Amino acid sequence: MKAFDYQRPETIAEAIKAASKPGASYYAGGTNLLDLMKVGVRTPDSLIDITRLDDLKRIEPQKDGSLRIGALVRNSDLARNVDILSDYPAIAEALLSGASGQLRNSATVGGNLMQQPRCAYFYDPHSACNLHEVGEGCDALEGENGKHAVLGWTKTCIAVHPSDFCVPLAAMGARVVVDGPDGSREISIDEFYTLPGSVQPPGSALKQGEIITAIILPSDAKRFAPRARYIKLRDRTSYAFAIVSAAAMLHIGDGRIKDARIALGGVAANPWRAREAEDTLNGAEANEASFKKAADAALADAKPSGDNAHKIELARRILVRALKAAADGTPPKMPDLPGSVFAVGKEAR
Amino acid sequence: MADTPMVAAHHVRLGSNSGQPMTRRDGIAKVTGTATYAADNHPQNLLHAVFAGASIARGRVTSLDIKAALAHPGVVHVMTPDNTPALSQDPDQKTTPFTARIDVLQNDKVRYAGQPIAVILAETLEAAVEGARLVKATYDSDQARIGFDDGEAFAPEAVGISTPPKFSTGDFEGNRKKATQSASVEMETPLQYHNAMETHAVVAEWDGDHVTVDMPNQAIGLAKPGIANYFGIPPENVTLRSPYLGGGFGSKAVLFGPQMLGILAAREMKRPVKLVLKRGQMFGPVQHRSATRQTVRYDMDADNRFLAFEHTANVSTSSFDNWLDGAANAGLSLYATPSISVSHSGTRFDTGTPGAMRAPGIATGSAVIECAIDVAAEKAGMDPLEFRLLNYAEKDPSNGKPYSAKALRGCYKAAADSFGWKDRPLKPRQMRDENGLLTGWGMGTSIFHAPFFPAKARAVLRKDGSARAETSGADMGQGAWTVLWQMAADGLGMAADDIEFDIGHSDLPDGSVAGGSAHTASAGGALFAAGNDVIRQLAEIATQDKDSPLFGAGNERVLGENGRLFKAEDPNVGESYTDILQRAGIEEIEGKGRGNRDKASTETYAMFSHGAVFAEVKVDPDLFQVRVTRLVGAFAAGRIINPRLAQSQLTGGMIWGVGFALHEEGIHDKRSGRPLNNDFAGYHIPVLADVPHLEALLVDEEDPHVNDLGVKGVGELGITGTVGAIANAVWHATGVRTARYPIKIEDLLKGAQALKA
Ligand SMILES: Cc1cc2nc3c(=O)[nH]c(=O)nc-3n(C[C@H](O)[C@H](O)[C@H](O)COP(=O)(O)OP(=O)(O)OC[C@H]3O[C@@H](n4cnc5c(N)ncnc54)[C@H](O)[C@@H]3O)c2cc1C
Ligand code: SF4
Repeated sequence: MKAFDYQRPETIAEAIKAASKPGASYYAGGTNLLDLMKVGVRTPDSLIDITRLDDLKRIEPQKDGSLRIGALVRNSDLARNVDILSDYPAIAEALLSGASGQLRNSATVGGNLMQQPRCAYFYDPHSACNLHEVGEGCDALEGENGKHAVLGWTKTCIAVHPSDFCVPLAAMGARVVVDGPDGSREISIDEFYTLPGSVQPPGSALKQGEIITAIILPSDAKRFAPRARYIKLRDRTSYAFAIVSAAAMLHIGDGRIKDARIALGGVAANPWRAREAEDTLNGAEANEASFKKAADAALADAKPSGDNAHKIELARRILVRALKAAADGTPPKMPDLPGSVFAVGKEAR
Repeated sequence: MADTPMVAAHHVRLGSNSGQPMTRRDGIAKVTGTATYAADNHPQNLLHAVFAGASIARGRVTSLDIKAALAHPGVVHVMTPDNTPALSQDPDQKTTPFTARIDVLQNDKVRYAGQPIAVILAETLEAAVEGARLVKATYDSDQARIGFDDGEAFAPEAVGISTPPKFSTGDFEGNRKKATQSASVEMETPLQYHNAMETHAVVAEWDGDHVTVDMPNQAIGLAKPGIANYFGIPPENVTLRSPYLGGGFGSKAVLFGPQMLGILAAREMKRPVKLVLKRGQMFGPVQHRSATRQTVRYDMDADNRFLAFEHTANVSTSSFDNWLDGAANAGLSLYATPSISVSHSGTRFDTGTPGAMRAPGIATGSAVIECAIDVAAEKAGMDPLEFRLLNYAEKDPSNGKPYSAKALRGCYKAAADSFGWKDRPLKPRQMRDENGLLTGWGMGTSIFHAPFFPAKARAVLRKDGSARAETSGADMGQGAWTVLWQMAADGLGMAADDIEFDIGHSDLPDGSVAGGSAHTASAGGALFAAGNDVIRQLAEIATQDKDSPLFGAGNERVLGENGRLFKAEDPNVGESYTDILQRAGIEEIEGKGRGNRDKASTETYAMFSHGAVFAEVKVDPDLFQVRVTRLVGAFAAGRIINPRLAQSQLTGGMIWGVGFALHEEGIHDKRSGRPLNNDFAGYHIPVLADVPHLEALLVDEEDPHVNDLGVKGVGELGITGTVGAIANAVWHATGVRTARYPIKIEDLLKGAQALKA
């Protein structure tokens, strides 16, 4: 790979300074960035290794009841955190459904948010891809695109965001805390990701030098804890990215849904919050008919970006499944196969 | 396990060490990291070589800019067609059947994506890798041809290693006319890449015109003269070391371009050179399994017996070589039928050349045949097992020969009983589990040839009681270090712990190919015979020595065991090997051996290992994700030398069957021809959660004809049968048969939607 400078700052301020130079890139667990460097798709001039920034490794309950998770908390540690398991169980389930044990031990919260699409043409430096360089074109459009987006895409890019973790984050409206040359700010996860435009490929709201320091899980999402699930469809039982996935969180009282939160994974360049679907559920009975209506609403605008029309139907179905599972209640114990379609049902409880 | 029947001149028994479930004798070296794989060698003054691969699949390199690469710190040299000397043998000439056409910078042609177009030599691996990235090529490229609809058709002269592409027997047309019903299935199988954990590698060091090569290799006896040919030196000038292989699966039996480039670079640079393929480079120059498009049809009479069997396969190969997977030969010896017609056609893809991959031909063909059998059983309204038993082949249907041994009935029974097959509903979509998941059961028959290669071995017994046995052999992780050692020790009539043992080196007697599931029988037979030869000589000495208690005992009646020679009838009469040698004043006895298969037997009998695999799958009724929840196989493969390792091979094969059925698929971009999933994130194989319950039962089988020791192979058997069993179980769960492997969620969804409509 291309030779690069390597720096390991001791403070966030130093890190920001170092990363503000064009060509600089933060390095956390390295599980995504290193792979991209090895194939020659990412060629940073300098790597700013942030793994010594101990301030970013804490999980702290806040006064307002929210939970602040440092950007360098490892995926494995977060998934086993007591507060997460009791208050935000879908987050733990999503994390444990992703990648493998070894990868989760290395991968960080910030890196997970910032991971790049898994589109094969993006991984191939010889293919045309607007994520290599704006204007290069998109070889996926006429290529192997069975796993690509069905929502929010343009011909600029049809890739999907691959993260599992981000799907329940989107559903509950988590906030991303960033720090940077212009100071610190908080961005809702909805606004954090940008969908592709007519020229601009998808990306994030981060500017050069900006670092994710934490994410904040809102306190009001805790009321979903008894009914929160993440379900993920994949090509093998474990260790595979989602074909489609769904996070569903329900607050039910007096036999009716009082509040619902829904997001889909594997369908768009962002973790796709389905507000229209949530709206259909407010005040509805928690039954299959309501769930199907919600799923139809969520996918109403979906269209295939290639040889992937089946994903629309599968996304509908996975959402119905996740809603049913949520309505059945969060399992008291993490299922053996977290997030798996095979973890749903009695086995899970 | 019964002893080998004593035959004249056998002074030892297979059975003291053999038959024991010994753990791996190389296990401690492997888990402690002291086992040296080829790339673990670091001779002094080493240069690292990395090749740059073509980014087009067909055309010509018109220019190669190597300035930036050469300027990169640490880069010493860049080999290109302009400065690379010709090999002594044209690499497109194939002088022996086990050679492939290889690409070694002899011209500017590009024949597949990833083909080496330059080799970067550097002081560090990092510099070489970056040098390869900095090489900039321009091309004159033609449209790549990938897939059966785009590739160029051709008529093959042979399939597999050298089998005819067409075969027929019986009155095929006549029988077809007589048939009252028929069942046929059309299916495709994808390109599959071997992807052993250890990627291909070479460390080469020249000393004058002698070269020492560390390279994982399954066929040392063939590789040595092969390398010598390319470099114009006598075979004895090649030392090849391959003590451990991190998997081979057929792809390390042949010499390939990248390794030859490493050896060539070492000669050019006059320094040792190491070249190790990156994972992504495994998807081009080092073989794969052909893609196939197959049709299988069985015609039956009113009693549901087969009258005619037809199998056609369109099989992929490269644009420049001719290996074709012999998929349509998989059913020749499988089920009883009076007439057969099989044929292969070929299609040229712009990929590297395919080759043998675990159970070549049979894995691919039986994956489709076993589906056709179940479709036929459904038409007959019969249970799939009953139906297979009705059409059980007592004789090989392709030639009428009896089987040397065939305990397949026992396999069906053992596996079906353990699985609990008997309550299986005939119709699909009948079973649900307590969680509402669709549940299906399916089965398949396993079969694999029992070939035998002419391996050689040597054994030595010394005056101090120590002993040694050796053959070039190869352990790819299948357990040869252990199993061959067990057989060698039995040959010498000693405990395995009491002998020295060596394999994996070209200075040792040629142990032949570790392939074709023949290695244990061939190399093990040779080792046993070599030991026996030692004990024969020892017995001669003892029985002619007046001071020996064995004096005068007939040769036939003297046995060696545990380092002691004694009378067969009266084991109390005897003495230790050391006593005999010391008294005779003989330093050591050397024995030589070859395994033996009786020539007449080969002509008289059909020789195969058999098995039966039963699969249970659970399928989500809405989302169609599939999980193989149980796999139970029972296998009969003659005498089992090490039940633990045999089971490990069989379950390994079954797991591969899961991958074949549900996961594996090498995807190339149709326009550029480049592989799109050339890493383990994209090229899926089963993970542990995909195989929650695996059972491999061993069924007793005595095969008096297959070779002197009655040993067959188990390396490839497990994958055959398993693939079809899973597809049949998926059908039983869902009512859907997909038109291609791997079985995909989207295809099941579409199939289920079509069923509903
Ligand atoms: C084989 C494989 C399978 C996988 N399967 C799954 C899966 O099923 N589901 C899933 O969700 N994920 C999966 N992953 C992806 C994995 O979750 C990510 O690689 C991981 O989360 C990235 O985290 P990291 O800390 O290693 O990031 P790095 O690789 O270090 O960084 C990734 C990117 O994030 C940036 N970055 C990192 N930290 C910060 C920060 N604090 N602020 C700003 N930018 C930052 C880096 O600059 C870089 O661009 C898989 C990965 C692999 C290799
Ligand atoms: S889909 Fe997006 S990531 Fe893939 S090639 Fe097109 S632009 Fe690149």
